[in-house]
Amino acid sequence: MIELLSKAYDYIQHNQSRFWEAVGTHLRISLTALALAIIICLPLGIWISRHPQAARYIINLVGVARVIPSIAILFLLVPTLGFGEPTALVALVVLAGPPILINTDAGMRGLNPAVREAGRGMGMSPTQLLTRVELPLALPVIIAGIRTAAVEVIASATIAYLIGIGGLGYFIFAGLPLSRYDLLLVGAIPVAILAFTAELLLSAVQRSFRYQ
Amino acid sequence: MAAQIAEQTKVEPKVADDAAIVFEDVVKDFPGAARPAVNHVSLSVKRGHLVILLGPSGCGKTTLMKMVNRLHEMTSGYIYIEGTPIYALKLEALRRQIGYVIQDVGLFPHMRVEKNIAVVPNLLGWDKPRIDARIDELLKLVGLPPEEYRRRYPRQLSGGQQQRVGIARAMAADPATLLMDEPFAAIDSITRTRLQDELLRIQHTVRKTILFVTHDVEEALRLADEIVIMQNGEVVQYDTPLNILTRPANQFVSQLVGAEDVLRRLSLLAVKDLLEPLTSQAAANHALSIGIGDNLRHALGLIMSSGSDALRVVDEAGNPRGQMTLTALRQLTSDHPNTLLPPDGATT
Ligand SMILES: Nc1ncnc2c1ncn2[C@@H]1O[C@H](COP(=O)(O)OP(=O)(O)OP(=O)(O)O)[C@@H](O)[C@H]1O
Ligand SMILES: [Mg+2]
Repeated sequence: MIELLSKAYDYIQHNQSRFWEAVGTHLRISLTALALAIIICLPLGIWISRHPQAARYIINLVGVARVIPSIAILFLLVPTLGFGEPTALVALVVLAGPPILINTDAGMRGLNPAVREAGRGMGMSPTQLLTRVELPLALPVIIAGIRTAAVEVIASATIAYLIGIGGLGYFIFAGLPLSRYDLLLVGAIPVAILAFTAELLLSAVQRSFRYQ
Repeated sequence: MAAQIAEQTKVEPKVADDAAIVFEDVVKDFPGAARPAVNHVSLSVKRGHLVILLGPSGCGKTTLMKMVNRLHEMTSGYIYIEGTPIYALKLEALRRQIGYVIQDVGLFPHMRVEKNIAVVPNLLGWDKPRIDARIDELLKLVGLPPEEYRRRYPRQLSGGQQQRVGIARAMAADPATLLMDEPFAAIDSITRTRLQDELLRIQHTVRKTILFVTHDVEEALRLADEIVIMQNGEVVQYDTPLNILTRPANQFVSQLVGAEDVLRRLSLLAVKDLLEPLTSQAAANHALSIGIGDNLRHALGLIMSSGSDALRVVDEAGNPRGQMTLTALRQLTSDHPNTLLPPDGATT
């Protein structure tokens, strides 16, 4: 094991530019997918929290989308979107969306109705109520969803390599057929470190928003 | 209904000068309900009065109140606030000029006390020094020293303190009108009594028009200038606490407030209800005096033990305010002569 680790370390030393480029791509893809998922699912989550009828259907639908493996989505999309970043992003957004959507819905519906009534009664407009009261109060739950999404996306962004985008998946998928476990570690360990860092960071953010 | 409400935006103010809130033939039908929650209610609340909506659960108190700040939209009728039909104002503008206090307090848990109080002033665009000064002023008014409480979060306050902040928040932009829906219902009885006293003290200095919902009879009698008694969405009596107790409109009111029991009535009424100018020599000279806020049962006890027919009435500071006589007490109780008859068998 130690030997493998030191071989992996040597590999990184000798392929610095390739390694850092892969880390950069990996991060970029992950963050873009996460950002897209937030942009789509946060408003959608707020909307479904106010339309319980629609919410049931959408959440069921999302539940189905969630069990399709990302690799399957990837290859299903290739015929239409081709090999390239959009395909990878769609697959990752499908992965990151559900936890954000479900947590936004839960966070908004979990608000104390008295707080809403007070805000409305005091003359806040719907937008003011949303930005000054509802979102800040639902934020801990929403961020918990983003945290789950971030970890899943960082881990799964390895598959982007399969359609020729690069990222840390390169080392894993290059190492596997050759039984080069050192190469596998060059991919896997940074992915684990990135995911863990995201987890820690977002937990800290989440805690800073806890009021009750 | 849309047409009617549109028309209301043009209606000229046509209400009495001293009327702050006026309901005219107000009806509220909830979809699917068997009967209206509020059924043709007309009443007028005088400026600076504390008027209590009292009645059993489900009789429409909250619904009637929430139509004033349009948390419920009325089905038909008119409501005027300070002479203006409420539909002539923009919704948010209407709400910002009415203070609103609810049973669950509804303080924003992510905002410190100061920010909670500043919500409406901020919405109205006040500048910071003005808001700052106002926060301190209000916290003092509700009995929470600003230096100690300004920076706290709601979770760091007791229930009673939270409701004090709730009241301060409702009064932040100095609204002429306050709506309070069972503000003390969730608070233990000792604290509730204290808060009631505080509300009376505050009301004495600020003189707001207050519409206050409760189903607690003692609270109503303690606080009210006038009481509106409601049953099944209708007003059955609108009168002073004294008249409600001594001249209940019907059996329902009489039972609701427990008017049959003389001693109970006396314990629920305050000396101020029977206050008259000082004329009795006995009261002028007599050593026995009673506080203007004390209840009549206590007064009766004092009269009995003093052997005199009158008591001197003094205010909180001990200044003489007038007198209270046994004759007046007699009159009050004899409005229900039958209740003064001794129980069966006691006369023989
Ligand atoms: N949003 C609503 N939708 C349908 N019906 C309602 C709604 N709100 C109140 N009602 C009905 O209207 C009637 C009056 O309710 P309201 O809340 O005004 O009573 P209340 O006098 O305030 O009672 P409580 O003392 O229990 O608070 C009740 O029959 C209630 O079920
Ligand atoms: Mg109610």
